[in-house]
Amino acid sequence: MSRSVERRTRFAIALCGIAVAATAIAPEMPSRLMASFTMTAQAQTVPTGEELALGRLATPDEIAAWDIDIRPDGAGLPDGSGDVWTGEELYVENCASCHGDFGESIGRWPQLAGGQGTLTRDRPVKTIGSYWPYLSTVYDYVHRAMPFGDAQSLSDDDVYAITAYLLYLNDLVDDDFVLDREALAGFDMPNVNGFYPDDRAETEFGVFSAPICMEDCRNEVEITARAEVVDVTPDDETARLAREAAATGENSGITEADAQVTTPDGAAAPTSDPDLIAQGEGVFRQCKSCHQVGEGAGNRTGPVLNGVVGHQAGAVEGFRYSGALEKKAEAGLVWTQEELAAFLTAPRDYLPGTKMVFRGLRDEEERAAVIAYLQSIEE
Amino acid sequence: MSEHKGPSRRMLLGAMAAGGAAMTTGMARAAGDPAITELQPWMRSLGDGVDAHPYGMPSPFEAHVKRRNVEWLTADPVSSVNFTPIHELDGIITPNGLCFERHHSGIARVDPSLHRLMINGLVDREIVFTMDDLKRFPRYNRIHFLECAANSGMEWRGAQLNGCQFTHGMIHNVMYTGVMLRDVLAAAGVKPTGTWLLAEGADAAAMTRSIPMEKALDDCMIAFKMNGEALRPEQGYPVRLVVPGWEGNMWVKWLRRIEIGDQPWQHREETSKYTDLLPDGRARRFTYEMDAKSVITNPSPQAPLSHGKGPTVLTGIAWSGRGTIPRVDVTLDGGRNWHQARMDGPSLEKSMHRFYFDFDWDGRPLLLQSRAHDSTGYVQPTKDALRAIRGPDSIYHNNGIQTWHVDERGEAENVEVG
Repeated sequence: MSRSVERRTRFAIALCGIAVAATAIAPEMPSRLMASFTMTAQAQTVPTGEELALGRLATPDEIAAWDIDIRPDGAGLPDGSGDVWTGEELYVENCASCHGDFGESIGRWPQLAGGQGTLTRDRPVKTIGSYWPYLSTVYDYVHRAMPFGDAQSLSDDDVYAITAYLLYLNDLVDDDFVLDREALAGFDMPNVNGFYPDDRAETEFGVFSAPICMEDCRNEVEITARAEVVDVTPDDETARLAREAAATGENSGITEADAQVTTPDGAAAPTSDPDLIAQGEGVFRQCKSCHQVGEGAGNRTGPVLNGVVGHQAGAVEGFRYSGALEKKAEAGLVWTQEELAAFLTAPRDYLPGTKMVFRGLRDEEERAAVIAYLQSIEE
Repeated sequence: MSEHKGPSRRMLLGAMAAGGAAMTTGMARAAGDPAITELQPWMRSLGDGVDAHPYGMPSPFEAHVKRRNVEWLTADPVSSVNFTPIHELDGIITPNGLCFERHHSGIARVDPSLHRLMINGLVDREIVFTMDDLKRFPRYNRIHFLECAANSGMEWRGAQLNGCQFTHGMIHNVMYTGVMLRDVLAAAGVKPTGTWLLAEGADAAAMTRSIPMEKALDDCMIAFKMNGEALRPEQGYPVRLVVPGWEGNMWVKWLRRIEIGDQPWQHREETSKYTDLLPDGRARRFTYEMDAKSVITNPSPQAPLSHGKGPTVLTGIAWSGRGTIPRVDVTLDGGRNWHQARMDGPSLEKSMHRFYFDFDWDGRPLLLQSRAHDSTGYVQPTKDALRAIRGPDSIYHNNGIQTWHVDERGEAENVEVG
C-alpha cells in the first residue's frame, strides 16, 4: 500500500467513524452492555404528559389578556354597550373602506348586509343577516381580527356599537337599538336554524361505495365544459419556455433574471396633461375608500393626500402612521414622483410594515396618472 | 493515463490549427448531438465551492417551479391563497418552499423566544409553555396531507382553471415532527366536562377553530418541524396544530392558545365560512373530514405530453382523510374503460399516495380521469354525482373526478364530460 492510499484509507475510516467504531467494539463488548444495547432497540415506555409536569401555571392576568373568545351563550362577553349611531360613525371610519358604506362590499371584500332570502337561489348572498347563525360570532370576529391590519384596537364599547350597526344595516334592529351583553347573548339571528351536523356518512357514503364498473361503462362521452372557454387561468410564460426547452432539448435561454418580476422605470409624469389628470382621477377611485383629497378633505383610514407630491413623508397632522413610515419620515423621505411611484407599485415591498393594505398599481401608466392627479390638487 | 490523454490533445491542437477559428466551431462540425459533441461550460470551468449557497436553492432552470396565486380570487394577497405546483412534483413529499399558503391576515413573523402556548378553560391547571417546554414532551414523526376545504372549490360550476396547480394545488404533504396534543393536554389535566377545544393562532386574525376533544386525543399533534427543519413562517413558525385528515383551516398556525370548553365556539371560520350550503338553503357544518380524492398531475394543462406517441408515464396523487388509498383507477377514454393504476411509494394513513399508469400513447386524443378508492371502501365520485346531492353552491369539499382532455399535440385542457 502506497502512502497516499494509506492516507486515503484513514480518511475514509475517519469519515465513517461511528459505523467503523461500532463494528470494531461490538465483539469485545461485555454481555451486560450488549444487553442494554438490545433493550434500547426495543420500544421504550414513553412518559405521559401528566408525569412530565412541564410548563408553569398561567397567571390570572395572562389568562385575561389572551382569553378573548366569545360563545353563542354570551360566555366571554365583557361589560359595556354600544348604540347604532355610534356604531355608524365607527363603521364609516374603520370598516366602510372595504365593506362599503352599507355593508355592500367593495371589490372582493366580504359583503356584510343584505342577501336575505337568497340561500335557496342560484348564487346565494351569504351575509351576517342572511347566513350567520350567531351574533356572538360578529362580536368575537370584529374584536379579534378587525379592523383589517389594526386588530384588537377597538374598545369593548366600540365593538358593541359596530355590532349593533351591522344588525341595523341588515334591518334586524331599529336605529335606537343599544347592544350589551344581555341583548347580544339573547339575540336570535334569522338563520340560526339553517345548519345541521355533517351527514355525509348517511347521505353519501353508501352511494359513493357502490360497486364500480371497469369495462364498457358508458357509450357516448361528450365534452360538456372547457376551461379554455372560461379563460381565467393566469398565464406563465417562464414555465412554458422551460417546458418547451425541456421537450426539445434546446437551450431555453432562461436566466435567473427571468424568474424575477421586472418593472419598467417610471418616467416623470408631465403635470399639466389634462387627459392624464383625468385618467388619474379615475385611478384614484381605488384609493378613495381610504384617502380623501380636495377641499374639506380629512384623514380617514389613510391620511389626507392634498399636496402629497413633493412633500415630506409622514407629515399630515393628526394621522397615526405606521412605525415603518415614521422611521422613513425621520430619515428624511420626501414623496417625490419617483418615491411615490415606487411605493405605489408594491406598497408592502417598498415599505414593509405599512398600514396601507392596497396591493399596488402594477401599471406604470396608472401610477403616472394618479401621481399627476394628486399633483393637480392644490394643498 | 498519459497514453490516453495524448491523442485527444493532439486532435484538439490540430483542429485549432486547421480552422484558426474558435474551438466550438470545430466541435460543432462533428456529427451528433451538440449536447454531446460540444464541451459544455460546466465540464470545463470550476463551479461554486461549498458555502456559495449556505442554504441551498433549486437550479435556476427550475425557477418556474413555484407557488402561484390567482389574483382575481381574493381582494388582497394578505388574506389570500396560493397553490402548490403539484404538476412539477413527484413522490409524496412536498418541498417546504412549495407548500401552498393560506393566510387570513398575512404571515405572522413570530419570535420563538417570545412565543407561548397557553392551555386554559376546563382544565385542572391552566398552563403556559415556552417553545423549549414543548420540545421536552415525547416527539413523534408523522406524514400527513393538509388540504384546504376549498381545494377545487372554483370548479363546482364546471371546468374553470386550466391547470392542476390551480384546480388541486391547495394541498401539501410533509413529515411533521412534534408532540401529541393529548400529552400536552394531559399536562393541564382536562376536566371530564371538557368536550371541545378552541385552537387560536398568534397572527393578526387570531385565527380560531373549535375541535372535538375526541379528535384532539386521537391523532392531533403540535408540530414544530416540517420535513426535518423548522416550520416555515408561512406554515405557522414556530408551532402549528396538525389535525390529520381534517380540513386545512383547522390546522391553526402560530398556535398560541388552546382553550377547553363544553361546546363549540361557533366562530367565523366554522359558521360564516367552512360550512357547506346545500340546495335546500340549509348548510352542513362541522364537515371536518376530507373525502377521498385524486388527480392526474402529468399530463395536465401545465404539463402537456411533449414527446409524441409511444411510451408514456401518467402519474398523479391520491389521498383520503379517512385512511389510506389502496387503489386508484385510471381511464384514457373518459370513463368507458378503466385500468388499475400502479401505486408506488409509502402508503400511510391520511397521507398523499402516488400512482402511475405506464401506457403506449397512440397519438390520438385522450380523456384522462383518475378515481381513488380509500381503505373504508369509499370511491371518489364524479362531479355530477356530487352536484346531484350538493348543488353548485357549497364551495367546500369538492372531491369530484377531474377530467383532462389531451389533444393530438399532447396539449391538455381542463374539461368536463357528460
